[in-house]
Amino acid sequence: MELTSWGRYPRIKASGKHFETREQLKRQMDQDGDLIAYGMGRSYGDSALNQRVVFSSRFNKIMNFNPETGLVACESGVSLQELISVFLPQGWFLSVTPGTRLISVGGAIASDVHGKNHHVAGCFSTSVDSFELMLPGGEVVLCSREENERLFRATCGGMGLTGIILTAVIRLQKVKSAFIRETVKQCRNLEEIFHCFEQYQKLPYSVAWIDCLESGEKVGRSVLMAGEHADTGSLDIKLNRPVSVPFDFPGFCLNRYSVKLFNRLYYHTRSTFVENRLVPLDPFFYPLDSIGHWNRIYGKGGFTQYQLVLPKTASYEGLKLILDRIAKQGLGSFLAVLKLCGPGNGNDLSFPIEGYSLALDLKIEKKLFPFLNELDRIVIDFGGRLYLTKDVRMSKDVFRKGYPLWETFAELRETMGMKEKFNSLQSRRLEV
Amino acid sequence: MNLLVLGANSDVAYAVAAAFARHEKASILLASRNMELLEKKVQDLTIRYGVEVSCCYFDVTDFESHAAFYESLQKKPDVVVYSAGYMPEQQADAQKNYKEAQKIFAINFSGAAAMLEVVAGDFEKQGHGSIIGISSVAGERGRQSNYIYGSSKAAFNSYLSGMRNRLCKRGVHVMTVLPGFIHTKMTESLELPELLTAQPQEVAEDIYRAFRKKKNIIYTKWFWRWIMLVIKSIPEAVFKRMGL
Repeated sequence: MELTSWGRYPRIKASGKHFETREQLKRQMDQDGDLIAYGMGRSYGDSALNQRVVFSSRFNKIMNFNPETGLVACESGVSLQELISVFLPQGWFLSVTPGTRLISVGGAIASDVHGKNHHVAGCFSTSVDSFELMLPGGEVVLCSREENERLFRATCGGMGLTGIILTAVIRLQKVKSAFIRETVKQCRNLEEIFHCFEQYQKLPYSVAWIDCLESGEKVGRSVLMAGEHADTGSLDIKLNRPVSVPFDFPGFCLNRYSVKLFNRLYYHTRSTFVENRLVPLDPFFYPLDSIGHWNRIYGKGGFTQYQLVLPKTASYEGLKLILDRIAKQGLGSFLAVLKLCGPGNGNDLSFPIEGYSLALDLKIEKKLFPFLNELDRIVIDFGGRLYLTKDVRMSKDVFRKGYPLWETFAELRETMGMKEKFNSLQSRRLEV
Repeated sequence: MNLLVLGANSDVAYAVAAAFARHEKASILLASRNMELLEKKVQDLTIRYGVEVSCCYFDVTDFESHAAFYESLQKKPDVVVYSAGYMPEQQADAQKNYKEAQKIFAINFSGAAAMLEVVAGDFEKQGHGSIIGISSVAGERGRQSNYIYGSSKAAFNSYLSGMRNRLCKRGVHVMTVLPGFIHTKMTESLELPELLTAQPQEVAEDIYRAFRKKKNIIYTKWFWRWIMLVIKSIPEAVFKRMGL
């Protein structure tokens, strides 16, 4: 079968089997050759791609819920969307959620995803009490901060390269309503938006849309969206069926002019400043989930997301340089997102470090990769790193410089036999 | 409402159970052979929908046990779904090995005939109830690639149609479900055309809606009615030369 991820680049020939029980998975593992777990296919690049994969989508049963503590135990194929639709009506919501609810719990752990509340709540792994991991030999171990802590730290953010995550116990947060009190503020340039992030740091959620085609005075023109859970409003959530993009857009639809037009419209149709308005939680966290197959707007050739984070002290200078380069190159992105992250968590390969993170969706084209290689150099020079979940092209060197703990991770893989059993196109490229 | 699902470990069965739990708050009994899987599903459906769910061992091919099985149920069902199904590769397995063919007939038809007869007797006496048989569009016309499976489903279709004829006078609803391609573990090894292939959840919603409307025969997804209309209307003289 043909297999690809959310970026639809690359597309490879692969074989894959679903599993519904541990025995079925074990039988898959016993076969020769390496494999990688494939959840909902929402990582952007090649981190879940391999000639052989195991699909976790049918391993998706909820096992236990404690309405006193908000602890839920489930299999790794359960999606965040399912958790929301089951538990939000009872007053519980994910402690950490990324910008899509269409990912699996296993994927959330393996990518150690972060969300708009990273500066106060950390990564997804912060809300994970424990999980069961199937090791290369098929044995299952429980990993938590108390037990097998080394495996816990390597697996959270470990891109599925340490084993197959079977079940997890995660902690939900209590909420009073399915609404958010949102504050929206237009910022004219990078300086203003940095200031705004600091100003609204007390609010649990904050993110900014950024126009990366502006330069000079207006470089970093953006719209900050911040918020907190409201204490009024109902708990019911209606997850509407997404409207689907019906076909691949022709490649020429996306160019610097169309993106410029879109960005202008987007910026100027936002309110200059609104405070504490009530908005439903779903569009606040998951604006793109209402559009099915939105990856098709990037055309048949696919796209990638370039997400970087720079240490806080270097953020202003570094971002200015990067945004300037992007504007000059004219590689505009509809979806450019800026976020102030909190401190890193010390896991081997978790992405966030304290500082600013920038994410850009970019159509795959000839001139893209050489250009991104140039940006890589700036990112590394300023002490930053790239997000593995979005990556499809970074070099081994960029990876190693960005993730100083790579060596301990690779060592663990070596000694525990993971290197023979669990591989993705990404792990081969990065030689980890 | 009490729902009994026979062959409850199929993907469609789980989705149908979820649909009845969500819309009807039905009490559900899941019956199949793999108890480990069933118990997981019991927990899962209970937590997701806050309904009463339980499970029990049931082997569709152990025909003699069926009467006793039904007798042993403490709460008799209002709705019975038969969703056991078996489809091995025809050319490699079912054509060469009659045991495989026999298994197809046993699971897809004989088991249904044995078990649903027991259910029908009870429903007839009670004067109410619904029987939902999950068959297949493959039963509508035999094709070279899949006629052994297809004929088992054709038999099931005739069986349900006759049972409907018999029971409608007693106010019992019998529904034949004719799904086309679905992404399930049964079809995992096949390369299915994405546009024509449904998710189990979509099929389950179709089934639930049709159940509410007391439909007799439904195609799911809806376009299979028209695809099958075309396939059925091809003259045999032409059809036999085709490579379907």
